[in-house]
Amino acid sequence: MTPATFLIELGAVILSLAVLARLATRVGFSPIPLYLAAGLAFGQGGLLPLVTAEEFIRTGAELGVILLLFMLGLEYSIDELTRSLRTSAPAGIADLVLNFTPGLLAGVLLGWGVVGGVVLGGITYMSSSGVIAKLLDDLGWTANLETPVILAILVIEDLLMAVYLPVLAALTRGGDLGGGLASLMIAAGAVSVILVLSKRFGSTFSRLVFNRSDEVLLLSIFGITLAVAGIAERIHVSAAVGAFLVGIALSGPAADRARMLLAPLRDLFAAAFFVFFGLRVDPAAIPPVLATAAALAVVTSLTKVSSGWWSARRIGVGRRGRWRAGAALIARGEFSIAIAALGVAGGVDGRLGPVAAAYVLILAVAGPIVARVIDPVMARRTRPSRPVAATAKPAGTEG
Amino acid sequence: MGEETARPEPPGPRVRETPLPGVGVRYDFVTGRGERVAIVHHRTGRRQLVLYEKEDPDCARDSVELEERDSRTLAELLGGAGVAHELTKLQQSVEGLAIDWLPVIGGTAYAGRTIGDTRARTRTGSSIVAVLRGDLPYPSPGPDFLLEPADTLVVVGTPRGIEALRQILQSP
Repeated sequence: MTPATFLIELGAVILSLAVLARLATRVGFSPIPLYLAAGLAFGQGGLLPLVTAEEFIRTGAELGVILLLFMLGLEYSIDELTRSLRTSAPAGIADLVLNFTPGLLAGVLLGWGVVGGVVLGGITYMSSSGVIAKLLDDLGWTANLETPVILAILVIEDLLMAVYLPVLAALTRGGDLGGGLASLMIAAGAVSVILVLSKRFGSTFSRLVFNRSDEVLLLSIFGITLAVAGIAERIHVSAAVGAFLVGIALSGPAADRARMLLAPLRDLFAAAFFVFFGLRVDPAAIPPVLATAAALAVVTSLTKVSSGWWSARRIGVGRRGRWRAGAALIARGEFSIAIAALGVAGGVDGRLGPVAAAYVLILAVAGPIVARVIDPVMARRTRPSRPVAATAKPAGTEG
Repeated sequence: MGEETARPEPPGPRVRETPLPGVGVRYDFVTGRGERVAIVHHRTGRRQLVLYEKEDPDCARDSVELEERDSRTLAELLGGAGVAHELTKLQQSVEGLAIDWLPVIGGTAYAGRTIGDTRARTRTGSSIVAVLRGDLPYPSPGPDFLLEPADTLVVVGTPRGIEALRQILQSP
């Protein structure tokens, strides 16, 4: 491979992502489904198969998951995590039971075995924090009364993922349920120890890491994150979880600067991650599984709406707010893909990749659309009939 | 009529504080006329002043984005510096009550610990009613509030209690 063709190919890929991201911002949607579609087009059997850039994108994809999870951990402080667990545990449990079960059952019914079921359950369980955070901001719902419960559910999902990923890794390595349980214990133990440590020493750690020079800070934080991710992978806790925990441990000025410094890196490599997942899926394999993915999308949209609706009602939110909470949570995205990628790498049924790609393509687009239309629809349905006097306008105000 | 003016002002509306994980904190209260008003402190430093729908009191109707200097201007226009103002009034109305501003010095025992850790109320009977950090006041800090070097604590108590708290804060 000559450097020239490699550069031209990589440049073309990144440029087309830029065009897609521009399109997504124009329409006000998440670029994730578009990146996935681009990956499908660039992969084998796609429109423009890549020759030389795939290796680089593969490495970029690995960094992408790590950075996604690191930035996610950075979003939350230990206090926010523990408080969410304390106040919203029932909402978190309802969310888990209602949204993990359909995927688990579907996986088993499709004949993918228990491991396939656990993978598909994870895919249908995790809402997309990225898509939803943007959605809440775009729709002006940040200050709404139902929003704290939406955010708390997302926090609990993320925290559970830190326990789920190591278990999944153990299961796909070929362990049985006993091995899965053992690694569940190890993972839960490791995660709790690190959470306790970072509650005690997080601020000291952050002070030590902090440096006024952006360059020093960027290199230190990126280096620490990668090293911890690697160690976590080595002890079978999963690289993504290691990165997540580093993000949680950072606080104060170091975290504030890290958010600004690493966000561009995250955007670049996360894009590579979505493209790479698309690359590995043969577009021709999607139409046969489209009905399955669509059915799963419909069922798990309904279950997300139910768990969100119930959780909002629990904290005394009114009718319209309950529907908003439910609809906001429908979108699936980055974490479903991350889980699917682990499943594909672990050799679960060949249909997993296409099903996950189609499922996320559907819900990353449909979730925000449903959230946008549900409020006006519910407003019309729940509005009390207006008194006649209110419709009689004084003369002269019109025209 | 004369007695009417001597009566202390009724307490202000109860401000509810709701953490928004990953976003910041929402403070909201219901005005005397029954409208809900909220301020969202985004972690990025951005502030949002939010009004709610009449038909659907859970839903934000409109919001104004405030940069840091805008918030200060708004607070001044609304008769801000409320904490200091209320404190002076309180001091005048309760005999024997003292108010003082105590610094948190870097390297002392409680820099980097929480207000709860100082056990100020149990040990000295004085209350930390506000923390001034940089230009920003943090009124009614909770026990989880983390004290940082160069914070100034606004403390209410007996003169003796405040002196005791000063000693505690200076302990290495």
